[in-house]
Amino acid sequence: MAKMFLNNMIIATAGGVSDWDNILSSLWPMIQGGIQYTIPLTLFSFVFGLILALLTALARLSSSRILIGSARVYVSAIRGTPLLVQLFIIFFGLPNIGIVLDPFPSAIIAFSLNVGAYSSEIIRASILSIPKGQWEAGYAIGMTSRQALTRIILPQASRVSIPPLSNTFISLVKDTSLASLILVTELFRKAQEIAARTYNFLELYVTAAILYWIICFILSIIQDRIEKRLDRYIAK
Amino acid sequence: MLLSVKGLHKSFGDLEVLKGIDVEIEKGSVLAIIGPSGSGKTTLLRCLNALEMPNSGTFEFHDGFSLDFDKKLSKKELLTLRRKSGMVFQSYNLFPHKTALENVMEGPVIVQKKNKDQVRQSALNLFEKVGLADKVDLYPHQLSGGQQQRVGIARALAIEPELMLFDEPTSALDPELVGEVLQVIRDLAKEGWTIAIVTHELKFAEQVADQVLFFDGGHIIEQGPPLEILKNPKEQRTKQFLNRILNPS
Repeated sequence: MAKMFLNNMIIATAGGVSDWDNILSSLWPMIQGGIQYTIPLTLFSFVFGLILALLTALARLSSSRILIGSARVYVSAIRGTPLLVQLFIIFFGLPNIGIVLDPFPSAIIAFSLNVGAYSSEIIRASILSIPKGQWEAGYAIGMTSRQALTRIILPQASRVSIPPLSNTFISLVKDTSLASLILVTELFRKAQEIAARTYNFLELYVTAAILYWIICFILSIIQDRIEKRLDRYIAK
Repeated sequence: MLLSVKGLHKSFGDLEVLKGIDVEIEKGSVLAIIGPSGSGKTTLLRCLNALEMPNSGTFEFHDGFSLDFDKKLSKKELLTLRRKSGMVFQSYNLFPHKTALENVMEGPVIVQKKNKDQVRQSALNLFEKVGLADKVDLYPHQLSGGQQQRVGIARALAIEPELMLFDEPTSALDPELVGEVLQVIRDLAKEGWTIAIVTHELKFAEQVADQVLFFDGGHIIEQGPPLEILKNPKEQRTKQFLNRILNPS
């Protein structure tokens, strides 16, 4: 793979200044695609997804049969179907019943629903992992359930859920490349467009891969920082 | 009389744990609840602040506040009841993500919405009282079991309850740490706090309690001043229990 890449680079270089220029000059449009679409798409979807996930987790933990049931159906449907199919239903399918959405909002809806379903299980499990005595200690000083949840349980549950949620987040960064298939001009779509013109498929796609890698690398550093911050009250 | 409990019943599924309990807690008195494990004594204590919801029975407080558990409690009734008592748990249950001081301030600041600066001052006084003035900024995991339990006591005192509930407060402690916690409870009794305590420390019960209640099989077997119950019990089951504790084979 590396050798092929090198060979191609040599061919590209040997082929003349214009190929090499092509790759260099494609870098900026790709980064632009990343800044304009990949990163906003990731951030918006993750924030909306987390809100949805918290609500779904609380619904699952409630005592209402209707809430529990609808939360289960939602999670099961999203987890049981491919993300690409969900994306296509929203963007290509919904227009048939008169709901026409632009590519970017379609992608945000699909990714948020996805993050919401997967993360709800993470949040539910981390809430359940906090000992019952913590709720009781909150109640014993007179707290309402809401106070105990927000002041006592969620801060501890969030610490538990940071590593698995970071996984979801990093998967999301990469999954946003699927949005290229519904015409969102994000990082990978830019690479595809340029490659279609210049035929430098390998160089462009590897460059795209490296850009994703850099983004995910920065994210894992941030994750590490957050974990250390939240770890201060735990015995080492 | 601070609290008068009548006809308290509690079942977990088919298992009836409390079979109609009547208890009266005198203001400023110490009530020690003793009995074999599984007898329901902890359940009784936990019913007093509805951490376990009784199936039936009534509570009547000296200020006229009363509850009838045959009806479903309103949220307001439940909170009013809980805010009348402070609870100290066997396993401390401190909030691990908060410092000792924050643990103690949480109730007055968040629940009672008191002024933070004033709460801090009275919290510091409580730390003085439980002998941990130099530990206020530590997290629970940095404290020994005995220290954690004393923070737990300070946290319960901070909401200025009318009744302090202690659920086997020394059972999870290493033997050499039991004394420091019992000493704090002894001081509270001297200051006139009303206390209900489930305990296995018979000597402590004998010295500090005004009333001892022997509990077994979901019933109160007998009840009276400590010397009467612990030294001169009338009931066979009390005798057997004391015998087992005093002469472990």
